[in-house]
Order: sequence, then structure tokens, then C-alpha cells
Amino acid sequence: MAGLHEKLHTRPVTFAVLSAVVILIGTIVTMFYPMLTPQMHPKLENLKPYTPLQLAGRDIYQREGCNNCHTQTVRPLKTEVMRYGEYSKAGEFAYDRPFLWGSKRTGPDLARIGGKYPDAWHSMHFEDPRAFFAESNMPSYGFLNKRKLDAGDVVSHMKALGFPYTSDEINALDGKTEMDAIVAYMQVIGIAAAKKPAIAEAARAEDKNPLSGKPEAVAEGKDLYAANCAVCHGSDGEGGIGPDLTDNVWLYKEGDMGDGALHNIIANGTQPGREIEGGKAKGGMPPFGAQMDKNKIWALIAYIRSIHGK
Amino acid sequence: MNDDYQYDNQTVKGFIVSSIFWGVAGILIGLWISVQLWKPEWNVPPFFTYGRLRVVHTNGLTFGLGVGAIFGISYYIVMRLAKTPLLFPKLARFHLYLFNIAIALAAVSLFAGMNQSLEYAELEWPLDIGVVILWVIFAVNIFGTIIRRKEEQMYISLWYIIATVVAVAILYIVNNLSVPSGLFKSYSVFAGVNSANVQWWYGHNAVGFVFTTPILAMFYYFLPKSTGIPIFSHRLSIISFWSLVFAYLWTGAHHLVYTPLPDWIQTLAIVFTVFLIAPSWGSVVNGFYTAGADWPKAQANYLTKFFILGITFYGLQTVQGPTQGLRVVSQLIHYTDWVPGHVHMGTMGWVTMTVAASIYYVIPKICKTDIYSIGIANTHFYLVLIGQLIFSITMWITGIQQGALSKAVNPDGSLKYAMVEIIAKNYPYWQMRTLGGVIFTIGMLFFIYNIYMTIRKGKALAVSNA
Ligand code: HEC
Ligand code: HEC
Ligand code: HEM
Ligand code: HEM
Repeated sequence: MAGLHEKLHTRPVTFAVLSAVVILIGTIVTMFYPMLTPQMHPKLENLKPYTPLQLAGRDIYQREGCNNCHTQTVRPLKTEVMRYGEYSKAGEFAYDRPFLWGSKRTGPDLARIGGKYPDAWHSMHFEDPRAFFAESNMPSYGFLNKRKLDAGDVVSHMKALGFPYTSDEINALDGKTEMDAIVAYMQVIGIAAAKKPAIAEAARAEDKNPLSGKPEAVAEGKDLYAANCAVCHGSDGEGGIGPDLTDNVWLYKEGDMGDGALHNIIANGTQPGREIEGGKAKGGMPPFGAQMDKNKIWALIAYIRSIHGK
Repeated sequence: MNDDYQYDNQTVKGFIVSSIFWGVAGILIGLWISVQLWKPEWNVPPFFTYGRLRVVHTNGLTFGLGVGAIFGISYYIVMRLAKTPLLFPKLARFHLYLFNIAIALAAVSLFAGMNQSLEYAELEWPLDIGVVILWVIFAVNIFGTIIRRKEEQMYISLWYIIATVVAVAILYIVNNLSVPSGLFKSYSVFAGVNSANVQWWYGHNAVGFVFTTPILAMFYYFLPKSTGIPIFSHRLSIISFWSLVFAYLWTGAHHLVYTPLPDWIQTLAIVFTVFLIAPSWGSVVNGFYTAGADWPKAQANYLTKFFILGITFYGLQTVQGPTQGLRVVSQLIHYTDWVPGHVHMGTMGWVTMTVAASIYYVIPKICKTDIYSIGIANTHFYLVLIGQLIFSITMWITGIQQGALSKAVNPDGSLKYAMVEIIAKNYPYWQMRTLGGVIFTIGMLFFIYNIYMTIRKGKALAVSNA
């Protein structure tokens, strides 16, 4: 072998050709060959190409380098699925050119962000992340509100990708801002494969709050509320993105709601169309069951009861 | 004879000075983004937010500092090993100008947010074409000069340079294939899972053929040159060269462990990743034994410590890397700050260390003088070493902490920490990282001052000799 090599390194061209061959072997087996097989081009049946507004949002995501802080793939690990939702499927990304999985989670994964929050939450969060979480290091993106989309660009991008669109969709871009676009993109990420979270009835409807009225529980609930709920329900429960928690209307129905039912709403959140005591949910309330144990939720309920009618 | 090299030497010097310039710019932006992580007010939208600046940092250092030094120093090495000046001196000079224009435009375009979102291949398509032209010019000159060489045998460094050129050509062109939509935007021809596979085949080998093989070329050339001790084992270098070049290309998917990429590609990549320890350590062993063959002699040269510490970090890097590829390790540290810890041990400890030592060797030779101050070089050495250790160690700690806290569960099975609570715990480590970065930067300023004074000294000498 050494002898062969002695000859080889007097012949630069042969040497270069041989290096190319050696380099191409692994390249062919792990990269070119798989590309020719269907397993690299899966597509979920209900996956749709991006609409013009969503694509504009995705372009902004790329432009702002959001992928430098956010991943878009949930690994099939137990705690990761609890934290973010259903793990990512190969068929979810067929329209992603390129993929935006990222390699660093300075912020949370966004693979299941679609539908997690109401639109208003997103635009307020983009404007000032620290108004929501004092210790967030996400940059503020308020300037997106001031920039209008350029329909011509969006059309040419849709064409480059070969995505279908209607003239109504293009006309609808008129007056839309970059903020509208990025929010629309957020709302579509991961929804094709997002399983409806298994609604584990965390409590039975007739359960009573074991911590009801206990002052320590109310105090703990107050802190939990300030950290997790105030952004949407207002600092004193007066409502905002989410409904008023001090009034007598619980999910569109006048009258009281049982402790057990409240517990379920907080643990599981509401998904649009879900049957809840009181009717069909409109959605927008995120689930907290994975991050809070039962007693924390009971403490929250104790606190909510304490502000009732104030 | 000497005069034949004079013009080319100036080109080499031009590349070195440019690479230092872009290096400083990239490092300062590194400091800036490191502050943004614990002081978000340092984001200045729209152009200077973390999301845009991080890309300027990585590209500025990979392509500005790294590739600039690779071009210049490879020219230097090739001329010496071929015992002939460059075949196309004017083309090399044009190469230098084009390189600087391209990097400047690259920086501007990244600030402006033109970004393909492929790591280490962020530049949009017009600049991609520019990058390809740069490598073609380089290839033509390198191959031309090697073919016309006056020394029959090609020394180890030339193998690595040839492999670099061949690999970069294949990697860069494939990964950047895209459908343009206007001058400033394009969409990859690859989609979804497939695009992830192509990207990390590229991404890992960008590390392999920019931060490894050309740096090894420098190492194999300058360690024997500065110590006067020949390389320990020729046979070992042959084996490690071919097995490294062969194995690297199989391993990209270790960046995609537990993603939806088909399992067999991940597993194959992990197997080759573990195997990579062997060829990497081939060079490490070769380096250690070379210096060890006559340690008192090696020790007498101030550059030996740069090279030996550099190859030591390379050795650590190439054990840490394969470990990270294992599923049980990846599930903990993937996506965390552990990875920047790994990255900067490689880029600061191995790449920048070896490049700086090579420059210390080359610049006095070109300027026909001695280094301005060995004392300053030693100060530089210890400062960058300390800075880098602080950086990497703090990131390893906080990386493991992030991984562990995000897995922590309460007795009833619910998650113990919300994401924001985990983020808040990083702040002290991020602040310490900035401190490490500042120390590293001061070290680099010592280096630059030393090089600047050496060049000045050379000029003064030239004037007094004339
Ligand atoms: C410096 C890193 C960084 C950058 C850049 C960044 N983010 Fe974030 N992001 C975070 C952090 C940290 C959080 C968690 C705290 C918070 O919600 O503010 C977060 C939270 C979010 C959330 C809420 C996620 C959830 O599940 O609660 C969304 C949505 C989001 N970011 C979108 C974006 C988009 C879109 C961009 C680009 C325009 C972006 N981020 C840029 C760090 C970043
Ligand atoms: C992202 C914003 C958001 C956050 C954060 C949030 N909620 Fe909600 N919440 C909503 C929305 C929106 C609804 C209405 C849901 C619907 O109509 O389906 C809602 C509904 C509710 C309801 C039903 C109340 C009613 O008057 O109809 C309760 C109780 C509630 N949330 C409690 C909480 C608690 C406790 C927390 C903190 C642990 C919390 N929410 C955090 C948005 C939020
Ligand atoms: C045998 C050698 C090596 C192996 C097997 C290896 C392995 C790895 C692995 C598995 C990762 C991914 C970590 C994760 O995200 O979970 C990684 C990241 C990285 N490594 Fe290494 N490494 C090696 C040597 C090096 C060297 C010498 C450098 C030189 C600087 C380097 C630079 C990087 C960079 C820049 C990244 C970050 C990639 C990104 O996510 O953007 N590595 N390495
Ligand atoms: C003062 C010195 C430096 C500082 C403060 C610094 C800071 C940083 C920071 C904050 C990041 C982002 C980490 C994250 O995503 O959380 C980063 C990434 C990176 N830096 Fe540096 N850096 C420095 C020097 C260098 C040098 C000298 C090089 C190369 C020669 C380099 C190459 C990189 C690369 C390749 C990445 C991307 C890593 C990844 O994707 O995981 N850095 N740096």
C-alpha cells in the first residue's frame, strides 16, 4: 500500500481523481441514494402548501434568522413530547424548501406552535417579548407592524415554488403587514400532524377543590397566575386576550362552573370545537397540565375563586 | 530566485491581512451576540438583531478568517512544496481582491436578511456563484502550480489541500442548488427531510473540509518547519489521510439524531462518527510523536506550544464529537449550549490557534525579518487559551443543565420547569462566556499588534537595505 501511495503522490491529477472517488462513496450511500427513494419524500395526506400570506411569513422567518434560536422538530422523547406536543413526522415537511429544523434551542421549539396561542398573543409577544416573560432574550420585532407586504414579491415566490394560489388570496394581501404574515405562518406550523392532545380528564366534573379557600393555596395560586396566566387574562383577571375570570360567564355560559370542569380546562386547554361544559370551545387557551401538577392547578382555582366578582 | 516569489508573497500577505481583518470583525460580532443573549436591549432592529448577527458571526469567521487564511497560507505552502512560484500570479492577486469584495458583500447581504437558512451556506445564490468562482480560481492555481512542481514527491500537506479543493467543490455546489426568485431570494431544490439530509451532509463536511483538512495541511507543514523535526510517521499519515477523507462523508446525519430522518441513515452516520476517532487521532499521535522525538529542541521554539496545544484541542474535539453523536448523549445535549462549547473549543482552540501560529511563521519569512516579540506572542497564547477555556467550560456546564432541567419531572409526572425558567438559569453562564470572549479578544489584539509590528519592522529593514 505504501508503495502504491509513493507512486500516487507523484501524480497530482490521479490523486485528485482518487480523492473525489473516495469522497463520493459516502456521499452516494448516505445522500444521493436515499434521495432517489420514496422514504425521503413523504407527505402527509392533509398537508397543504403554504398560502401566499403564510409563505410571506415563512420568508420573514428566514430573513430574521428565527431558526438561530428556535427549532422546528420535536424528538420522540417522553419529556419533549410532554413539553411541546406530538413528535415530528417525516411527512410534515414536504413543502419546506429548505427545512427549518434548526440546531439550537435558545428559545422553545416551534414545531407545534400552530394553534397554541391566539393571533393577538403572537403579535403582542413579537412587539415586546419581555412584557410577557421578563427573562426572555428574544429580540422585539415591533417593526414588522410598520412594513407592508409587497404582493408582487409574494406572487413571484409562490411561482418559484409552484404553489397554487387564487387571485382572492393575492388581493387579500393588500394592506397586510409583515406582522400579519409572520403570525399566519406561526399558526400553520405543525398543524397537519398535531394530534389532538389526549384529553386525560385530569379531574372528574364533580370533584371539589381540596384546597378551596386555604390562604396559602390562594397565595400560591396568585403567584402562579401572575407568571402564567396574567399575560392573557389580565393582571387581576379582568380579561384581555382571554376572557374575564372574575365575571359569572364561564365559556360563554352564565352561571357557575364546577371545580372539576375548571381543572380540566386549565390542564388540557381548549381546542377549537372541543365539547366543553357550556358549549363548543373557540380555542386559544393553552394546556398547562404538563407543567403543573394537580395541586398547583387546585391552587390556581382557589385563587380564581378568590377574585370572583371583584 | 527569491524575486520570483516576491510578488506572490505579497499576495499571501494580502490574504493573511484580510483574514485577520475579517477575523476581528467576526470576533467583535461574536462578542456582541454573546451580550445580546443576556442583554436583549443590545438588539437593534431591523439589521442588528441576534437572528441576523449570528449568521454574520459564523460566516465572517468561517469564510473571512478561515477561508481567507486557508487561501493565503495554502498558496504559501504550495509554492514552497512545489519549489516554484504560483503558476498564475496575477490571477492569485485578482483572487485576493475578489475574495475581499465577496466577503464584504456577504456581510452586507446577511445584515440585510438575505439568508437561505442553511447553516454555513446562508449566502444567497449570486454570492454562491461568487464563492464558486473563488474556489475555481484557487483550484486552477493550486493544481497548475503542483503539476509544474520541481519536487517530485507531494508532501502530506498537499494531499490535504487537494482533498479540500475537491470536497468543497462537490459539497458547496450540491447544497446550494436552488430556484431563484429575483436576485435576492431563492428556494432550495431539496425539500423537507431530504433537504435536512443534504444540508447536514454539507454542514458536517464544511467543518471537515474547512476547519479540519486545510488546518491539518498547515499543521503538517509548519510543525516540522518551525521545530526542525521531520514528521514522525509517513505511513501513519497516509492511513489517517485516506481513512479521514473516506469516513467524513458518511457522518452528516449525526446532526439529525432523533429527527424524522430515516433511522438507518442516522445509525450509519453514528457508526462512522465513532470510527472517525481513529483517523483523527492518527494526526494527533503523529503530531505528539514528532515534537516528542526531540522535545528539548521542539520546546525551544515558541511556536511549538501553539501547534501542540492546537492538536491537543483537535484531539479532544474529535473524541467529544463522536461522543455527541451517540444517541444517549445526543438526547441530552443536542440543541443546548453544550454544542457552542464544542464548536468554540474547535474554532478557538484548534483552528484559530493553528492559523495564528502559521501566520507567526509566515509573516517574518515574507518580511525577511524575525518576529517582533516572542513575549507578546506568549501573552497572546495564554490569553486566548484562558478565554477559550472559560467559554467552553461554562457552555458545557449550562448545556448539561439545560438538558437535565428540561427532562426533570415532578413526582406526579408533570414537567418540573417551564422553558422560561430554564432560560433564566443560563444568564450567569452567558455572562461568563462574554468574559471569556473578551479575554480571547484581548489575546487576539496582542497577536495583531505583534504581526503589525513585524510587518513594519520588515519594511524598515527593506528600506535600510536598499
Ligand atoms: C435570541 C434568540 C431568539 C430569536 C432570534 C427569536 N426568538 Fe422567539 N423566543 C426566544 C425565547 C428565549 C423565547 C421564550 C420566551 C418568550 O416567549 O419570549 C421565545 C419564544 C417565542 C415564541 C413563543 C413560543 C411558545 O411556545 O411559547 C414564538 C412563537 C417565537 N419565539 C417566535 C419567534 C420568531 C418568529 C422569531 C423570528 C422573527 C423569533 N422567535 C426569534 C428566543 C428567540
Ligand atoms: C395564550 C393566552 C392564555 C393564557 C396564557 C391563559 N389563558 Fe385561559 N383562556 C384563554 C382563552 C383565549 C380562553 C377562552 C377559550 C375558548 O373560548 O375556547 C381562556 C379560557 C380560560 C378559562 C375559562 C374562563 C371563561 O371565563 O370562559 C379559564 C378558567 C382559564 N382560561 C384559566 C387560565 C389559567 C388559570 C391560566 C394560567 C395557568 C390561563 N388561563 C392562561 C387564553 C389564555
Ligand atoms: C471526529 C471529529 C468530530 C466529530 C465526530 C464531531 C461531531 C459533532 C456532532 C455530533 C455535532 C452535533 C452536536 C449537536 O448538535 O448535537 C457537532 C457540531 C459541531 N462541530 Fe463537531 N465534531 C468533530 C470535530 C469538530 C472539529 C474539529 C470542529 C472544528 C471547529 C467541529 C466543529 C463543529 C461545529 C461548528 C458544530 C456545530 C454545527 C451546528 O450545529 O451548526 N467539530 N460536531
Ligand atoms: C470573542 C470570541 C467569540 C465569541 C464571544 C463568540 C460567540 C458566539 C456565540 C454567542 C455564538 C452563538 C451560540 C448560540 O447559538 O447559542 C457563536 C456561534 C458560533 N461561533 Fe463564535 N464566538 C467567538 C469566536 C469564534 C471564532 C474565533 C470562530 C471561528 C473561527 C467562531 C465560530 C462560531 C461558529 C461556527 C458558531 C456556530 C455554532 C453552532 O451553530 O452551534 N466563533 N459564537
